Amino acid sequence: MGIAQQTIYEQAVLFIAAVVVFTSFLMLAQKRLFPLIALFASQGFLLAVTTALVAYDRDYPHLYASALITLFIKAMVIPWLLRRWIIQLDVHREVESLLYPTYVMMAASALVLFSYYIVLPIERLSTLASRNALAVSFAVVLLGMLLMIARRQAVTHVIGFMSIENGLFFAAVTATGGMPMVVELGVAFDVLVAAVLFGVFFFHIRSSIDSLDVDELNRLHEVDTR
Amino acid sequence: MIALLLWVPLMGMMTLALLGKRAKAGRINAYANAAMLLVSLLLAWQVWREGPVEGGGEQLRVDAFNVYLIVLTAFVGFTTSLFSAPYMENERHHGRVTEGSLRLYHAMYQGFMLAMFLVLTANNMGLLWVAMEGATLATVLLVGLYRTPESIEAAWKYFILCGVGIAQALFGTVLLYFAAEQLPDAGEHALTWSWLYQHADVLNPDVLTLAFVFLLVGYGTKIGLVPMHNWLPDAHSEGPTPMSAILSGLLLNDALYAVVRCKMLVDGAVHTPVAGYLMMGFGLLSFLVAVLFLHRQRDIKRLFSYSSIEHMGAMTFAFGVGGPLATFAALLHMTVHSLTKSAIFITVGHAAQIAKTQQIEHIRGLIRTQPAIGWGLLIGTLAIAGFPPFGVFTSEFLLLSATMRSYPWLTPPLLLGIGIAFAGLFRHLHSMVYGHAPEGQTPVKANLWPVFAHLALVLWLGVAIPGALSDWFNQATQLIAGSIPL
Repeated sequence: MGIAQQTIYEQAVLFIAAVVVFTSFLMLAQKRLFPLIALFASQGFLLAVTTALVAYDRDYPHLYASALITLFIKAMVIPWLLRRWIIQLDVHREVESLLYPTYVMMAASALVLFSYYIVLPIERLSTLASRNALAVSFAVVLLGMLLMIARRQAVTHVIGFMSIENGLFFAAVTATGGMPMVVELGVAFDVLVAAVLFGVFFFHIRSSIDSLDVDELNRLHEVDTR
Repeated sequence: MIALLLWVPLMGMMTLALLGKRAKAGRINAYANAAMLLVSLLLAWQVWREGPVEGGGEQLRVDAFNVYLIVLTAFVGFTTSLFSAPYMENERHHGRVTEGSLRLYHAMYQGFMLAMFLVLTANNMGLLWVAMEGATLATVLLVGLYRTPESIEAAWKYFILCGVGIAQALFGTVLLYFAAEQLPDAGEHALTWSWLYQHADVLNPDVLTLAFVFLLVGYGTKIGLVPMHNWLPDAHSEGPTPMSAILSGLLLNDALYAVVRCKMLVDGAVHTPVAGYLMMGFGLLSFLVAVLFLHRQRDIKRLFSYSSIEHMGAMTFAFGVGGPLATFAALLHMTVHSLTKSAIFITVGHAAQIAKTQQIEHIRGLIRTQPAIGWGLLIGTLAIAGFPPFGVFTSEFLLLSATMRSYPWLTPPLLLGIGIAFAGLFRHLHSMVYGHAPEGQTPVKANLWPVFAHLALVLWLGVAIPGALSDWFNQATQLIAGSIPL
């Protein structure tokens, strides 16, 4: 079934899914913190647009509220908080050195293929759009993890963590038309609290090891060798 | 009654956030926990008489399986709060915590209890996830309470690993919802556990298998299953000791509870034991890896946190084996492990205060300095290692016989593991409790009756399980495994 036979709505979801996974790739390649935060905010914005689109197509009014919450938290509050913190911590001029950028990109492409492989069993159940969207959202989750593995900066780790959450939201919205409202509110609350706690931790880490490089958090070992 | 169970810790959290700086905060915390224990007992009485109870428009549900965990959670939370009041006061005298962080500590203790009760009572799988994440958020600042570089590192690791881990569980939950939405009359019930359980046989088996992998990895991170266990020894060893006691005694249990709930759904949909195999694999691996690590520890709290991983592995394995006998063993093991382990952490906390270090090689002659603590540690370790009159022996014996019946070739690794764990615990224990006390080691002010209450209960459960309790376990086993043992 070609792309042209899909409805406009499905084409739009497919397009946004592609853009979302593209922003994840851009994040992996971005060395500076401000553009990284901007990318994260744009991912949140795309998420909100998708939610509104699904709300319109399936006629679920409660999803409009969810879209607004997403827009507010993911595209505005969290990026704004992160921006403020890195200015306060005076790390906004830092440029992170990327380790093995080529390999990371290759690994990222492999992960996208892998996530398509994972969703194969669901093939019979769903439409092209929602199947692709599930694969893409799982890819975003995996790419978020890769971002956390490949980098050493605490702020980048938090952005990776939050983009994992974005991937999950994308799955919930496109594949199932959103979770029940009580769950969405709960998850949004958890994400917001987590973001604030991360901020607290930035300052704690900074005062304990005098940098935000998490590789220097290496005092605890699985086996005590002293 | 269910709603009241959640209101008490919520009110407690708010009160302590306001009044937590007062010297009485520890006592208020204990009162709030006593109230929770009372409510949980009333709730248990209600479930006992009327069967499953629902609340909050079917968002909350209590049946035979979770009611005993609720009572256990409330009980361990209460006794730990009794221990925590003088302990934290001691820590403040030594200048390890400030008044501000004590307020945070007490408020978050209540917050953690709230999250735990929400995990246990939630009937909505999404709500369950939210509560589980809430438990991480409530405890993460407490792990870093002492603000040492080690504790900050432990807290960061805990936050990141559990956060990423539990995100997998959310993906699993989304997949579960996706599978349920395919049914025509799902509507708003699509995440309600009791509804899903009734309709499990028509859910798509492929999607549910995939969902279970994510749910197991996600909640398994919180259980401390190998290889996602890295955060656990760090968080237990660097946080304040009452936190270690309730993390080990309650959080791990409740995460396992979530996995078992998911397994019940998957077993209904998939007519092969794939979920059981996965749990057996992860469980056995965790069990064996943890017993080997026991031998290489030098920090007393890390030693006992590896022992927690070992026991959680054994329980996961037991639930994986399935069948009435193994399920009964697992339920009993959950109870005796959390009672024993929280008792041990309480004595360990005092032992570390006496020796002023957590390094095993500097903790010496506890029985001479303060006999109650020395004997408490000795008896607790005997109990957790699975010595006969104690309850851990009973449950491990039941587990071994169930394994012998279903998978005889898996009994040797289990037996070997129990032996290695025994050696690992005792090679460290002997010199800590016996031997000469170093110069100038003085007793500390301690409230030790929770320890002996827990150990007496474990002994009682080992000698004879009271009829009412075994009836509960039987009902829960009936629910999980479909029939009762014997």
